[in-house]
Amino acid sequence: MAINEAQFEEILTPYPDKVRKNRKKHLLIRDTTEACQQIEANTRTIPGIISQRGCAFAGCKGVVVGPIKDMVHIVHGPVGCAYYSWGTRRNKARADANTPPEQIFSQLCFTTDMQESDIVFGGEKKLAKMIDEVVEIFHPRAVSICATCPVGLIGDDIGAVAKAAEERHGIQVLSFNCEGYKGVSQSAGHHIANNNLMEYVIGTGDRQVEGDFVVNILGEYNIGGDSWEIERILEECGYTVNCVLTGDTSYLDIRDLDKASLNIVQCHRSINYIAEMMETKYGTPWLKCNFIGINATAQSLREMAQVFGDEALIRRTEEVIARETARVTPVLDQYRKVCEGKTAFGIVGGSRSHHYQHLLRDLGMEMIVAGYEFAHRDDYEGRQVIPTIKSDADSKNIPELHLSPDEELYREAHVHLNLPKERYDELCERIPLGYYAGLNTDMKDGSVVIDDCNHHEVEELIRTLKPDLFLSGVRDKYIVHKMGVPSKQLHAYDYSGPYAGFNGAIVFARDVANALTTPAWNLITPPWEEYEPQGETDA
Amino acid sequence: MLDCMPTGTVEHTVGKINPAKTCQPMGAMYAALGIHGCLPHSHGSQGCCAYHRMHLTRHFRDPVLASSSSFTEGASVFGGAANLKTSIKNVFEIYRPDVIAVHTTCLSETIGDDIPNIIRESEIPEGKTVIHANTPSYQGSHITGFANMCRAMVSYIAEADMPIKKPQVNILPGFVNPGDMRELRRLADVLGVPAILFPDTSNVLDTPLTSRYEMYPAGGATVEEIRDSGNSRLTLALGTWASGSAGALLQEKCGVPCIPLTLPIGLKATDDFVMALKSGFGATVPDSLAIERGQVVDTLIDTHFHYQGKRVAIFGDPDTVIALVEFTLTMGMKPVYVLTGTPGSRFETEVRQLLDEAGIEDARVRAEGDLFELQQWIREDPVDLMLGTSYGKYIARAEDVPLVRVGFPILDRAVHPLMPIVGYRGCLRLIEQISNALLERRDRDSLDEDYELVL
Repeated sequence: MAINEAQFEEILTPYPDKVRKNRKKHLLIRDTTEACQQIEANTRTIPGIISQRGCAFAGCKGVVVGPIKDMVHIVHGPVGCAYYSWGTRRNKARADANTPPEQIFSQLCFTTDMQESDIVFGGEKKLAKMIDEVVEIFHPRAVSICATCPVGLIGDDIGAVAKAAEERHGIQVLSFNCEGYKGVSQSAGHHIANNNLMEYVIGTGDRQVEGDFVVNILGEYNIGGDSWEIERILEECGYTVNCVLTGDTSYLDIRDLDKASLNIVQCHRSINYIAEMMETKYGTPWLKCNFIGINATAQSLREMAQVFGDEALIRRTEEVIARETARVTPVLDQYRKVCEGKTAFGIVGGSRSHHYQHLLRDLGMEMIVAGYEFAHRDDYEGRQVIPTIKSDADSKNIPELHLSPDEELYREAHVHLNLPKERYDELCERIPLGYYAGLNTDMKDGSVVIDDCNHHEVEELIRTLKPDLFLSGVRDKYIVHKMGVPSKQLHAYDYSGPYAGFNGAIVFARDVANALTTPAWNLITPPWEEYEPQGETDA
Repeated sequence: MLDCMPTGTVEHTVGKINPAKTCQPMGAMYAALGIHGCLPHSHGSQGCCAYHRMHLTRHFRDPVLASSSSFTEGASVFGGAANLKTSIKNVFEIYRPDVIAVHTTCLSETIGDDIPNIIRESEIPEGKTVIHANTPSYQGSHITGFANMCRAMVSYIAEADMPIKKPQVNILPGFVNPGDMRELRRLADVLGVPAILFPDTSNVLDTPLTSRYEMYPAGGATVEEIRDSGNSRLTLALGTWASGSAGALLQEKCGVPCIPLTLPIGLKATDDFVMALKSGFGATVPDSLAIERGQVVDTLIDTHFHYQGKRVAIFGDPDTVIALVEFTLTMGMKPVYVLTGTPGSRFETEVRQLLDEAGIEDARVRAEGDLFELQQWIREDPVDLMLGTSYGKYIARAEDVPLVRVGFPILDRAVHPLMPIVGYRGCLRLIEQISNALLERRDRDSLDEDYELVL
């Protein structure tokens, strides 16, 4: 199912001229004969357009910082921002060897609940007092402060409050200036969170990490238990997972993030800054992986094993892949009967619209419209375009950290991997270390790539292309249902999961098959209408 | 569950831990959805609009559309006038609503954007309406925001343009579900009183699936209806927190007398609602309604031993909680902890009065409280039952107390927005839920020899 230029133009017709001109640059029809199809991304949403995007606060507190389970996260602002980011993202956490249950604060919500007098006279004192009280009540290992819009406007110096609190309590208090108006989407917040974790937390631990193949999983948030499934597989292959950033992770674990030999990156958008900065500071190589879909998982595992180049690891990896694939494939085949040949749209955050194409293909489905909410051009076109991306007024507001190699801890990548230099160089020819090719490469001719998709475009693309399945967020879900199209939330997995790895593929396949076949889809037309002549169908 | 909670008394005096309220703009967005053909507009950064739509969608499981001014740092420094004007132009051209209902956020309020002026300077197509409410997130709660948007409907739209008032009633339903609004209209219909209900989210947030998607569903109070509310003979403002200020403004602006009533949740509050319509319009109460009421009394008598004397903690929005306190007292229960996140000491006074009348002395009542505090109370002296929102589920599990989900939001159970808890039928639903929760607990906890077929 492909779209043609005329249909494309028709979708854009109702727009005022300025909007049409703008939106055209954010949409493309995939044409593999063109060497590099450029798309505009990470630029402002036009006011009034019903976008799916959130804000910098959502990206910082909601996505990256919030899941750190053993910190008390205080949201400095009026009540709303803390409230909406409380328990709504499904980043699961549990006690482990380093973190007992009484040190887990994930199910709590902390807000300074700023009142008008705080806006007028400043909220610093209130924030300081709240830190004192929560430290006294909960004894957390560390505290975070996340700023909301008015904080920046009234000029509360949360950095100074944090510093003073650190001195009073002897624990780290991190402050994140992630006011919602910064940048153009959640993406700004990811960057702000990455910067602070890199600057103040990573590398401050002194734990000894045992294991031959020690890895970190970056950009994996354990939605619906995804990272537990990924960790299970990696451990069976023989890896030691040092830390997940930030799914089911602890402040303690993040301090020792530098102790791994390889960073694997699941969500490129939200965490590529740390991957890159760790490469600069510690020399740690990183590899873009995808654990969504059984073939994608197998490929990621094979590439990881190749990177370490250890024969026993490669053999164990193949054993795990063979065993798991043999276990999972017959189950998937059952669901494949329902899914085969069906089409889907995927309009999600900044990575999933790419990752899930692989899982859909395992089920015989194709994603014909794919888009990101808050991606940058490199997430579509590949990292090679990064040097050509011009920074604008909005991106300039997000500070860039300029790091240099750590005098003590920097080691060259091949030393991290325990490989001779020549073998590492040869490896780089075959395995895309430190690279992400972007979404476009996986899109077929005639499919649509769309950046910062909005309500009008969702509605019109569905009417034009009539997909069998719509993968997006909860704000779109019920709109799409009303149009008679099954829809699954790919942010919250409709409260199911995991969807990652081998076990996740089964859960996803079952959920999709259920969504496509639930008997009520056949009951939309009431029986008293079925037998009455209806204009179009009867004519 | 919640192993991190402290034991013993602690000092918690600033901020909120596990808040029992959210911010004004979300309430304003919900109210605006109760106008037919209306697109709510959030004048702030995108995150606000995204969060509010998410939250409302999760409660109602139906589409919630709203647009945003998409502030960036530049707009935050130089003011959001250009963003709002561009929004109004684009929304009318692309999404074609009849009405845009603008609400502010803490961002635009802190900047001090002059919304009425910006609206005046905007391009508004002939026949279209733009209204606004100031909803600073740092005052009140989502209930305040709901009330402010209801008030804006009156101040912008309602007109008294007839010499004699019409024999029709305005019903301001308060922050309740579409199923409740539908039921309130049915009660007015049964009593034969023509009613203007606004906001009205029935047929907006409880729409049928037909495969024919309409961005603006059939429901919602039309601009014409809201305008005509100025000509009504009487206004019933249900729940003073959500509806009081709009009702008062209708009286002031259009001379429509307003009777503030408790939300008609429970037998007595429903009686008051019915009596207000009867005495205001000389309506005859039909046998069918008398039967509905009689069924409630019959059920209360027949099942009282399931719940009478049980200690209950009630939390949520003030109008809902006050009505639930009254009804649980009617049921012979003991509301020992009563808490709302919305600020206002009047809440405490009103609840105290109800409790005093019932002779309940050792209750704790709190306005502007949080769920951390509620959990501390329950730990100190347990209750048999909690009545409140989904956010109570962590306490329910940690303290092993059954939770009956009532109010807003309910994020982990379905169908509730369609099932009324107002009116006599609503009483039956509440009695059933409360009884069942307590009986499930009895069954779960009973020894084999005490596990009985008939209860």
